[in-house]
Amino acid sequence: MATSTPTRDAYAKAPRPSKKEPTDERRQLWRSRLWRFDDKASPYAYIAPFFLIFGAFGLYPLLYTGWIALHRVSMTGLDSMEWVGWENFDKILHDPEFWTSVSNTFLIGVISTVPQLLMALGLAHLLNYRLRASTFWRTIILTPYATSVASAALVFALVFRADGGLLNWTLGLVGFDPVNWANGHWTSKLAISVIVIWRWTGYNALIYLAAMQAVPNDLYEAASLDGASRWQQFRKVTIPSLRPTILFTIVISTIGSMQLFGEPLLLEGGALGATGGNENQYETLSIYLYNYGWNLGHLGPAAAVAWAMLALLLLIAAANWIVGRFVRTSAV
Amino acid sequence: MRITRSVARRRPRTAVVATTGLTVAALLLTGCGGSSDSDKGADANGNITLTVADFGQFGYKEAGLFEKYHELNPKITVKEDTTAEEKNYYPKLLQQLNSGSGLADVQGIEVGRIKEIVDTKADSFADLSKVIGVDEWVSWKAKQATAPSGAVIGAGTDIGPMSLCYNRELFEKAGLPTERDEVAKLTEGGWEAYLALGEQYKKKAPSGTYFMDSASAMFNAVVSSSPEQYYDASGKPIYQESAGVEKGWQLAAQAASKKLTQGLAQFEDQWQAALRKSTVATVVCPAWMAGQISTYAGDANKGKWDITSAPGNTSANWGGSFLAVPKSGKNVDEAAKLVKWLTAPEQQAAVFKAIGVFPSNQGAYELPDVKNATLPYFNNAPIGQIYADGAKSIPEAVLGPKDGVIKDSISTQINNMEQRGTSPDDAWDAAVRTIDKAIG
Repeated sequence: MATSTPTRDAYAKAPRPSKKEPTDERRQLWRSRLWRFDDKASPYAYIAPFFLIFGAFGLYPLLYTGWIALHRVSMTGLDSMEWVGWENFDKILHDPEFWTSVSNTFLIGVISTVPQLLMALGLAHLLNYRLRASTFWRTIILTPYATSVASAALVFALVFRADGGLLNWTLGLVGFDPVNWANGHWTSKLAISVIVIWRWTGYNALIYLAAMQAVPNDLYEAASLDGASRWQQFRKVTIPSLRPTILFTIVISTIGSMQLFGEPLLLEGGALGATGGNENQYETLSIYLYNYGWNLGHLGPAAAVAWAMLALLLLIAAANWIVGRFVRTSAV
Repeated sequence: MRITRSVARRRPRTAVVATTGLTVAALLLTGCGGSSDSDKGADANGNITLTVADFGQFGYKEAGLFEKYHELNPKITVKEDTTAEEKNYYPKLLQQLNSGSGLADVQGIEVGRIKEIVDTKADSFADLSKVIGVDEWVSWKAKQATAPSGAVIGAGTDIGPMSLCYNRELFEKAGLPTERDEVAKLTEGGWEAYLALGEQYKKKAPSGTYFMDSASAMFNAVVSSSPEQYYDASGKPIYQESAGVEKGWQLAAQAASKKLTQGLAQFEDQWQAALRKSTVATVVCPAWMAGQISTYAGDANKGKWDITSAPGNTSANWGGSFLAVPKSGKNVDEAAKLVKWLTAPEQQAAVFKAIGVFPSNQGAYELPDVKNATLPYFNNAPIGQIYADGAKSIPEAVLGPKDGVIKDSISTQINNMEQRGTSPDDAWDAAVRTIDKAIG
């Protein structure tokens, strides 16, 4: 950009009539300094708000959390902190409940992300056909995403209630015994991933749809001339063109499932929600963090959990990057 | 030349304006801007709105006390903000105390938390010792809220002398006596006798019903009636050795293995539903529990329930709350006056009459509303008599900062024994793990 427009230094250095008054010359000089300052400083000023806000809400909490993680500090006495070094990390890494929540987070992540993305692909493919009222359908599939986590989770909590829940009532009509969804190890995870799937499928479908519409139409025409069926077109044309998009949604969904909090918290609500069920059967890392910090009141270990989550996410990102490279090279 | 002039005049200014504008916006966003909290609590006419934040059921609404206070003090309007579960209420309170914002003028504090507040947050609350008549209270109640400095940071609302609530209809169907005195006689021998009665109930119980809602309630009752609870007098946690805890745990394990309980987490949805559907025959009943039962069992079950004295003859206290006035409030003096009024004998008696929450102010015990009180919902049980007898002789219990969490962790594991058939050893280990985490 800077190369295409003359900088203000160029104007300032332009030869000036020497007959001018000295005061005028001084003003000129001052003005040119101001220009130069403006030229150098204003780009920083323009981006400053981002860095200020990032510093206040991103970097500072991140570093301060790290600082807290090395201290003993309790909810009832935020002003008194005692240095304990790595003790908090040691504590959580030796807590079986931490590992339960790690595995819960991954299990719920997998059983919600995989079907969600597959369904989103399918939906996007359908929406990509010539449809009557296509905008209407596109809006419809995005509505779950627009509802808040809290209200979605509360409605589904009613559906999955052991006693008088909609699902059990329906199962009862078909002759099945009622299931205590939140109480079971697998049923509770299933229930939570249903909420996640419901909320995010449409969102991912729209991302896929956008990517699909960028696929050149001649590819499909050529394919159909070669006698490829719709399904073959989907597999051989659509999916390869969508590869980077699919990778992107996988990354986003992984981060999302890592932070899973509202859905498990509200599945049963109250005391049970805050510990992820009475046997921690659906406790995710975020719930574990919340319980440690807010219910038990120990902020040190809670902060350590936050850093452990960051470390896990970085690991996943590294794995994604390696897979991504592999996918890209194999595609060539 | 013209171009340079105009550029020179305009550009630096726009840049500066833009920069300041954005910086100001950023500062506002980060909260560095001024706040408008400094204006007084009263409006131009001297009208004041006092807020009371509490949890569960304090009974002020039911007794119409806030309206009455407004009639007596036309310039003061009281608003109540109630959180259903104390477990959700307390962390919020701590957060607000730490940040110093969002606090109501009056805050309720549960007895399981009062020690922690007294130990760590006494400075944040106004000293009520000059305002309320501390001598009027049952002595141990006032002691619970007294800081080492001598400041009393909470006015006692209720206490929870123990009784036993039972469903007459279910007792009758199971072939058990339904009269108060007879039921009391059957459980005279203490909690072991209560379990024996449960086995008798089970033999002829209507299908789908259980003798008790949750063994965790029984556990609580046993611990509450024991001189040794979760902490010793020096403040050391002793829950692993405590005789009271051990006895309570073993009885709970027995109840679970004999399947005398429905195994419901108290106060949660399914527990409320069980009361509505009358699937439990007895509920261990500290005074405040009567209000819970009548609320959730609903009008349809009015008169089916009754109240008798608790098993055994050791008096016990379970629960009870305090009203505290945060110093940060805008109307600390007015709030303190409201607290004094709410916890005065007449008002405590009115609350007792409305929902059966028993006064901690001894002055109320002689008032007719308490002395002759009966609860129509519970077949006109003479609760005034039942509770007042116990209240005066309840011993002082040693409280600890984490009583609430310890109680909740053990209750969760008792539920696991009942519902999932977790072995008592595994359940105890899990409870110890959580509790140590909380204490650590």
